Amino acid sequence: MEDMLFYDRIQFAFTITFHYLFPQLTMGLSMIIVFLKWRSIRTKDRRYNDAAKFLMRIFAINFMMGVITGIPMEFQFGTNWAKFSELTGDIIGQTLAMEGMFSFFLESSFLALFIFGEKWLGQRLHFLTAFLVFLGSWASGFFILATNAWMQHPVGYEIVENGKYVLTHFSALFGNPWLLPAFLHNQLASLVTSSFVVGGIGAYYLLRQEQVDSGKLLLKTGIIFGVVSTVLVAFPTGDWAAKNMVKYQPASFAAMEGIFKTEGGGTEIVLIGQPNMLEKEIDNKIAVPGVLSFLTYRDWDMEIKGMDAFEKDQLPTNVPALYYAYHMMVGLGTLFIGLMLMGLFYWVRGKIYNNKFLLWMIMFATPFPYLANIAGWFTAEMGRQPWLVYGLLRTDAGVSPTVSSGNTLFTLLGFMGLYLLLGLLFFTLVMRIINQGPKV
Amino acid sequence: MEVYWYIIISLALVGFFILDGYDFGVGIIHLFFAEEEKDKVVIAKSAGLFWDANEVWLVMAGGMLFMAFPLLYASAFSGFYLPLMMLLWLMIFRAIGLELRGQYNTRIWRDMCDKAFGVSSFLLALLFGVALGNIIRGVNLGGVVNGVSKYESSYFFLPLWNARFSPLAHQPGVIDWFTLIFGFITVITLMIHGANWIVLKTNSSINDRLKNVVYYLNIGLILLSLASIWMGYSIQSDPLGNFITHPGFSIFPLFYILGLSGLFFVRRYRRPIYAFLFSTLVIFGGITTSLASIFPKVLPSTNMVHPALTIYNTAAGDYSLSVAALWSVMGMLLMVLYFIIQRRLLSGKIDTKDYGH
Repeated sequence: MEDMLFYDRIQFAFTITFHYLFPQLTMGLSMIIVFLKWRSIRTKDRRYNDAAKFLMRIFAINFMMGVITGIPMEFQFGTNWAKFSELTGDIIGQTLAMEGMFSFFLESSFLALFIFGEKWLGQRLHFLTAFLVFLGSWASGFFILATNAWMQHPVGYEIVENGKYVLTHFSALFGNPWLLPAFLHNQLASLVTSSFVVGGIGAYYLLRQEQVDSGKLLLKTGIIFGVVSTVLVAFPTGDWAAKNMVKYQPASFAAMEGIFKTEGGGTEIVLIGQPNMLEKEIDNKIAVPGVLSFLTYRDWDMEIKGMDAFEKDQLPTNVPALYYAYHMMVGLGTLFIGLMLMGLFYWVRGKIYNNKFLLWMIMFATPFPYLANIAGWFTAEMGRQPWLVYGLLRTDAGVSPTVSSGNTLFTLLGFMGLYLLLGLLFFTLVMRIINQGPKV
Repeated sequence: MEVYWYIIISLALVGFFILDGYDFGVGIIHLFFAEEEKDKVVIAKSAGLFWDANEVWLVMAGGMLFMAFPLLYASAFSGFYLPLMMLLWLMIFRAIGLELRGQYNTRIWRDMCDKAFGVSSFLLALLFGVALGNIIRGVNLGGVVNGVSKYESSYFFLPLWNARFSPLAHQPGVIDWFTLIFGFITVITLMIHGANWIVLKTNSSINDRLKNVVYYLNIGLILLSLASIWMGYSIQSDPLGNFITHPGFSIFPLFYILGLSGLFFVRRYRRPIYAFLFSTLVIFGGITTSLASIFPKVLPSTNMVHPALTIYNTAAGDYSLSVAALWSVMGMLLMVLYFIIQRRLLSGKIDTKDYGH
């Protein structure tokens, strides 16, 4: 039973992590494409249109990867988490089915229209197709976040005989207080990834001294979206999301912040250090007193519960991993703000295209928002442990009763091999598109 | 409400098999009949432009099944664990073959992609058919051995096969001679469907040959269909009983027979759309007939201890089903709209247009 749970969790974590490399780009990128398409109509400048179409080619291949790695996610609810599906399908089936019906069709139909139909549609309708692709991809994110929000903070349900959860208020699924902050935080984070990719490609062209015009355009677009999204993802949306943690999952909050003991009065914020689970303290700690209380309650002396205030079976199962995931996300997020502001500073002073160092930095920064996004999701998901549905259904009660660990390990290895191949192919393909560039 | 959702999900599945079905069929035809590079390109493209939009139907059907019949979703997906995972892998291989074919202009790369596309399409068609056979045959719910249940009454786990590939053993496997018949029926049906699609959408040089192929495959399909009914009698006492107790259901086999008959005249049609419509009818009739033959069961039990899963004992709560029925109507209207737009854009023969792919 133990290793059954272990392999089921690893398989889900592995496949969802790989899957989420793609939607996090498409959601943000679709918004940037809408922006470029709009600029192209307003300014009648062809370069914007070329850039929009170029980015849509990158979008298309990411969308395809998202679809083929997304179907295994949907399947795994049934194959590996059958008990969970049986007990909660009544509720989370709603949002998942809505995703299939309302967003995938929208996205795939209008993506095809955008790519094949520019001449047929004319510029204004072509803009509309880009907008609908954007709408579809954000709707998809919204329904997934609504599903996750219910697992983080269940609402609008009742428990009937044989322990099933049954929906009683449909609107509560979307009015869930967890949903809006999480959704905005997630969408902005995806915009961070996209603006770093766009800016990174721009920097790459400038450093190579090829496609220089497009490079400048992409770099500037990346910085505009980057400045806005890196700031907003931290404040206010990250702040809201953290406040939800304190309110609804206080044990997880203590664990991710690395607070072992409840201090009377203000609580410090741990910046750096390693959680020592034997001594129940942070080794090599660098911390600032009182700041966590201030950030959380706008009050320097407010008490925050530490992990000692909770029963052991209420605490997340892997405290160090959760702590590192959270600190990685926050640390990277802070660096992103700095980098983007630096870019803006040199742009305003008209010196950015000659600043080789900054261009190298922006190019090399491209993969890191992916890491930050994944770390953020690890925080959310490991923070919810040991629950599948917070406070209601424990993770070990959700696995499929009949699938043995040997079978799960078999398919896990299969996915690893296949996704390695898929990842390599994806990478060479995207690099080909980038090397061709907007000028065809 | 249960019946409404049963119909909607069945239709979504039928929609998936009609739409993605021709992609599978195109893949199999591509594997066996396409020889010249010019034909290979255009035939692969006749599936390549559509597969991802078509696969969305499976995602949707899966989502709705999860919502409306959670216990069925949980039980069937965990019980058919291995074949489902293989299905996922094959779908990924198919996507690789289709999407990456044009990326490198070397013979060996194209051959590799063609084989990935063709072989995975063949195995997918076979596997989907085998799955249908499994649903009709039923499974050992509760994992009963000598009257003792290993699992909860609604769960099971199916090995890929048992020692004798026999559907009559206490523990049936995914693959046995009964389900294989369904597998080959599906392969042949989708080959016919795919060939019709190629004739409809392309000017490939093998179009005339394909019409002959459809004709002979159709004869094979009829023989296999009869064999499946005959075998059905060795598994269940009365496999066609449902059509006698509910005479209205007979409409489904009639569709099937109509489609089969229409396909015999494939060589005479001036407009290839007729042939395609008849193979569509075969798919529609075939799936609905199979499902109707066990209705209201959705997963029969092969033991006497635990009752079958039906649409009633696996359904979600009334409130959920009713709310979802409301939004599903809106969703379906939108879908029809998208579908019309998409088909209008991609209408006509593929090789005469430049889609800038």
